[in-house]
Amino acid sequence: MGKNGGKKRFTLSWMIGGAQGSGVDSSANLFAYSIASAGYYVFGKREYYSNIKGEHSYFNVVAADSPVRSTVDNVHILASFDSETVFRHAWEVEAGGGIIYDVALENESLKNIPTIEERLKSEISEKLKNENVGETLRDVITVAKRRGVRTYPIPYMDLIKKTGEIIGEKQLTLLLRMVNTMAVAASFAILKADINRLHRGLSYAFRAKRAVVDMNFAACKVVYDYVKDNFSDDFPLTLPNRKNGEDLILVNGTTIVGIAKIVAGCRFQSYYPITPAADESVYIEDKQVFNLNAVSALDEYEYPHLAESKQLSEKGHILVFQSEDELAAIDMAIGASLAGIRAATSTSGPGFSLMAEGLGWAGMNEVPIVVTLFQRGGPSTGLPTRHEQADLLFAIFAGHGEFPRIVMASGDMTEAFYDTIKAFNYAEKFQVPVIHLLDKSLANSTQTIPIPSIDDVLLDRGLLINEHLEDRGYKRFQFTEDGISPRAPLGTRGAIFWNTGDEHDELGHISEDPVIRTRMMDKRMGKLELIKESIPAGDKVATYGDPDAKDWIVSWGSTKGPILDALEMLEEEGVGPIGFLQVKILHPFPAELCLETLQSARRIIDIEQNYSGQMGKLMAMESGLRPTNLILKYNGRPFTSTEIRDAVKEVLVRNTKRIVMNRGG
Amino acid sequence: MTVTQKLTMAHFRTPLFNDWCPGCGDFGILSSIQMALAELQLEPHRVVVFSGIGCSSKTPHYINTYGIHTVHGRPLPFAIAAKLANPSLTVLAVGGDGDGLGIGAGHFVAAGRRNVDITYILYDNGVYGLTKGQASPTLRRGLKTKALPRPNLNDAVNPVALAIVCGYTFVARGYAYDTRHLKELIKLGIQHKGTSFIQVLQPCPTYNDLHTKEWYAGEDRVDPDTKKPVPRLYKLEETGYDGEVKSPSEEEAVAKAVEAIKRSYEWGDRIPIGVFYRNPYVPTYDQRIASIAPIYLQSPPALQPIRTKSMKPVADVSPLFDELRVLY
Ligand SMILES: Cc1ncc(C[n+]2csc(CCOP(=O)(O)OP(=O)(O)O)c2C)c(N)n1
Ligand code: SF4
Ligand SMILES: [Mg+2]
Repeated sequence: MGKNGGKKRFTLSWMIGGAQGSGVDSSANLFAYSIASAGYYVFGKREYYSNIKGEHSYFNVVAADSPVRSTVDNVHILASFDSETVFRHAWEVEAGGGIIYDVALENESLKNIPTIEERLKSEISEKLKNENVGETLRDVITVAKRRGVRTYPIPYMDLIKKTGEIIGEKQLTLLLRMVNTMAVAASFAILKADINRLHRGLSYAFRAKRAVVDMNFAACKVVYDYVKDNFSDDFPLTLPNRKNGEDLILVNGTTIVGIAKIVAGCRFQSYYPITPAADESVYIEDKQVFNLNAVSALDEYEYPHLAESKQLSEKGHILVFQSEDELAAIDMAIGASLAGIRAATSTSGPGFSLMAEGLGWAGMNEVPIVVTLFQRGGPSTGLPTRHEQADLLFAIFAGHGEFPRIVMASGDMTEAFYDTIKAFNYAEKFQVPVIHLLDKSLANSTQTIPIPSIDDVLLDRGLLINEHLEDRGYKRFQFTEDGISPRAPLGTRGAIFWNTGDEHDELGHISEDPVIRTRMMDKRMGKLELIKESIPAGDKVATYGDPDAKDWIVSWGSTKGPILDALEMLEEEGVGPIGFLQVKILHPFPAELCLETLQSARRIIDIEQNYSGQMGKLMAMESGLRPTNLILKYNGRPFTSTEIRDAVKEVLVRNTKRIVMNRGG
Repeated sequence: MTVTQKLTMAHFRTPLFNDWCPGCGDFGILSSIQMALAELQLEPHRVVVFSGIGCSSKTPHYINTYGIHTVHGRPLPFAIAAKLANPSLTVLAVGGDGDGLGIGAGHFVAAGRRNVDITYILYDNGVYGLTKGQASPTLRRGLKTKALPRPNLNDAVNPVALAIVCGYTFVARGYAYDTRHLKELIKLGIQHKGTSFIQVLQPCPTYNDLHTKEWYAGEDRVDPDTKKPVPRLYKLEETGYDGEVKSPSEEEAVAKAVEAIKRSYEWGDRIPIGVFYRNPYVPTYDQRIASIAPIYLQSPPALQPIRTKSMKPVADVSPLFDELRVLY
C-alpha cells in the first residue's frame, strides 16, 4: 500500500458494514460527508439485501484528491461493529490496511451467524482451514494479521458507557445506537483526520436533529481519543484537511433526478413503490413546495390567467401521487400531461413491465411523458436491491405494434441531472414518450459533484398552444410537414379533440381507413427521423480517451464511472491507447456516429452489466458494427474500476472474446 | 366566462356515424349525458369524458367535449390525474362492466379511497359486448346469455355495494331507457363534490337475451287485474328512501352505507334505481392535498408557470442544493 504523495492520485477505500437497520447508511453518509468536508472527493457504493432488518449491508466509500467515479476491489480500512462484517470482508482488506472491530465479539463463531449464506460460509471456512485456525472472529483477525493487516479492537461497550457518563445519559439502548458513529470516529483517528469535520458530517447525516448530533459528537470524541491513546499512529494513509476550491454537493442518483424534475417544470409525478426507484418520488414529495424565481419575467401569452389575476404566487408545487399499481402510474402521468403539464412516472423493471400498455397509448396519441426507469437485477423480481443494466432492449421494444419513443441513458449523477431536463424537452418537442434509463448503481451511490448550474437550462415546450382562435377546425393530429401537430391542453377554448388507442383520423376519431392508417403511421414513425436530425451529436454519444486509438470500449449508462477510472489506471500503467465511446441516446440509435468513431477500430470491447451484451446487439442491428470482445457482469454488483482494468488488460493481451466478471460481496 | 348562447343537447353532439347496434341501451345513456351537460350549461371545452375499451367506451367520440378513449379498464387513472392537474375541468369517466369491474377492478377500488371530484358512469349490460358476448363480472351464476356455450360459473359482483365499501361518496343506479331519470342522476353526480358512481342497467339486445328491455319492463308478468305488465324497476325516492348522510357523524355514515348495501341486493322481482348513498362530509382529494400544500387550490399544476419568457426555469432549487452542499 502506497503512502500519500507522489503524482499518483491519492485514493482511500473505506468500508463499513453491519446488519440492516443498524445505521450503516447513516454512518456511511457521515463518513462520506465528513471526508468531503475535509476537502476530498468521494464516491460511495451501497449494497443491501431485499430485507428491512437483520441481513448484512455494507457501504464502500472511496475518497480521493481528484474527482472519483467508482469503487475499487481493495479496502484500506474496514470499519465494523458486528462480527458478520469482519467474516465477510476481512479478506478484501489489503496488506498494510486496518480492521476496526468490536473486541467483545472475538469469540463469535462463523457457524452461528445465520445471515451468511451456506455457500459463502464454506468458502470462508475453507480459507480458515487452510490457515490452520479455528472459526471464530479472533481467528479471522489472526489470519488478517498474518497478511500484514493492522487491527484495531475497540471496547465499544466501555466507550459507550463512558460517553453516557460524560453526557449524563443513562439509557443504554439510546447510547448503543451510536456504535455505528463510533466506528466512523475510530476511522478518523486512524487516518489522523480532523475530528471537527465529523461534526459537520453529523449535521448532514442527521439533518436538523441538534440533540442527536451533539450526543453523537460526544461519542466520537471518546472513541477518537481512545484510538489515539491505545494504538500506534503508523497507518500509512492520512487524511489531513486539504483545500478544495470546488463548490460541491454530496448527492445520490435518486435525489439528483428529483431535483432536476423540479427544475424541468415537472408538476406531476406518479409512482407505485418499488426499489430502487421509490426514493426519488419520496424525495420529491418531501420537497413538493418550493420557491419560484423570476415570476416577473413570465410570458403573458403563455400564462394569460396569471396576467389576469396579477397575483403571482411566489411558490411552486409538484404533486406526487402514489397510485394503485404501475398500470395506473403511467396512465396518470399521461392524464396529467393531457392537461398540459409536464408529467413523469418513475419505476424499476417489474413496474415498467406493467407500463408497456400505457406506453403504447402515449405513443399512439403522441402524448409527452417521461418514464424514469431505474434498472435493477431481473428477470421477474430478480435481485430487487442489486444492480443490472438488462432492460435496454425491453425499454426500446416494450409495447405491441410500432410507435416512436426516445430511450436515453445517463452515465453519472451530473448527466442524470441534465438528461432529466432534456427528457422533458424531447418529450414535448417531439410529442413522444421518453424513457430515461438509470440503474441501481446510480440510484444508490453517493458522490461529490459540482453543483449543477442551471444558467444554461432552457425549457422547450415544443408546439404547445393555449388557445385556438377559430371555434372549430382544430385537429389534434393534423398532418404537418414534420409530423408534429400543435398540441392543446384539455380545457382549451376552440381546441376540442379526441384521443383513442384505436387508429384515428386528424380529429382523433377512430378510423380504419387504409389510406389514413398509412399516413398516420408515417406521421408518427417519421418523428424518429426528425429526432435523429434534431438532437445534437454531443447529446447522443460522448467519446473519451485517444481519438486515434485502435482499441475502443463501447458502453452505456453507469459503467461510465468505472470505465473512466480504469482508463486512468491503464494509462498510468502505460497500457493503451484506448478510446471509449459512450452511447447516451439508445433509441433512435446514433448509428452514423458509432460508425464514424469505430469504423477503423481494431477491437470494439463492449462493456455492459447484463448477460447478452444488449447494446452490442443493438449496435450490430443498427449499424452493422459488431463488438469483437465482451466484458460482462450480471452478479448484481456494479463494476469496480479495478475489475474493468483487469478485464480490459486480459482482452488486450489474450483477445478473450467473452469475459464474465464476478467480483463484489 | 359568460355563456352567451344557451347550450342545448345539440351542442354536445358530434356528426359521427354511431355504430352501436340498433336498440342498444348505450344510446339512452349517451343522450342522458348530453342532456345533463346541456342542462348544467357546462361549456363543451371545459368538459372531458374519459372511457376505457368496449362498445360503451366509444361514447366520448359521440359527445362534443374533449373525449379521451383510453385503454381497456383504465379510464379512472387517466381521469383522476387530469382532474388533479386541472381541477377546473368537469371530468367524467365512462365504460363497460367488464372494463370497470373486470380488468379495471383495482382502479375501481382505489378510486373510492380518494374522492377526487369526478363522475364515473358504468354501463352494466352483463356481457362483454365488443368481444361478442362473453360473461361480464355482473352476470349472475348459472345464467346463460345468448353467446355463452355454457352457463356462467362465476358469481356476480354487486357494483353498488362494492362502490359503497370502497368509499365512493355518491352511489346511484339508473336505467338506460329512463333517460329523464338517468339525466337527473348524472346531474346530481356531476354536482356532487367527490367521486360519484352511477351504475346504469343497460340492455344489450345483441348478446344479453335475459336482461332485455322487456324483462326490465316486466312484460313477462302481467297484473291479472290491470292486464298490464308489472315493471321490475322502481325508484328508491318514491318509496321514501333517503340515502343522504345528513351530519358529519361516522355513525350515521356507516348506518346509511349498511342500509344502502342492503337495498342494493334487491334483484329479480323488484330492482331499485335512484340514489343509494350520498355523503358530502368526506373531504375531497384536492382538499386533502391542500391540507399539506395550501398553494394547490390557488395554483394547481395546470395553472403553474414553469418558465420565463426566455424559456428559463422558474423553480428555485438552491435551497435543495444547499442542504447537500459540502461545507469546508
Ligand atoms: C388488454 C385488453 N384485453 C382484451 C381486450 C379485448 N376487449 C375489447 S372490449 C372488451 C370487453 C368489453 O366489455 P365491457 O367493458 O363490458 O364493455 P361493453 O362492450 O359491454 O360495453 C374486451 C375484453 C382489450 N381491448 N384489451
Ligand atoms: S353488442 Fe350490445 S352493447 Fe354492444 S353495441 Fe351491440 S347492443 Fe350495444
Ligand atoms: Mg359490458
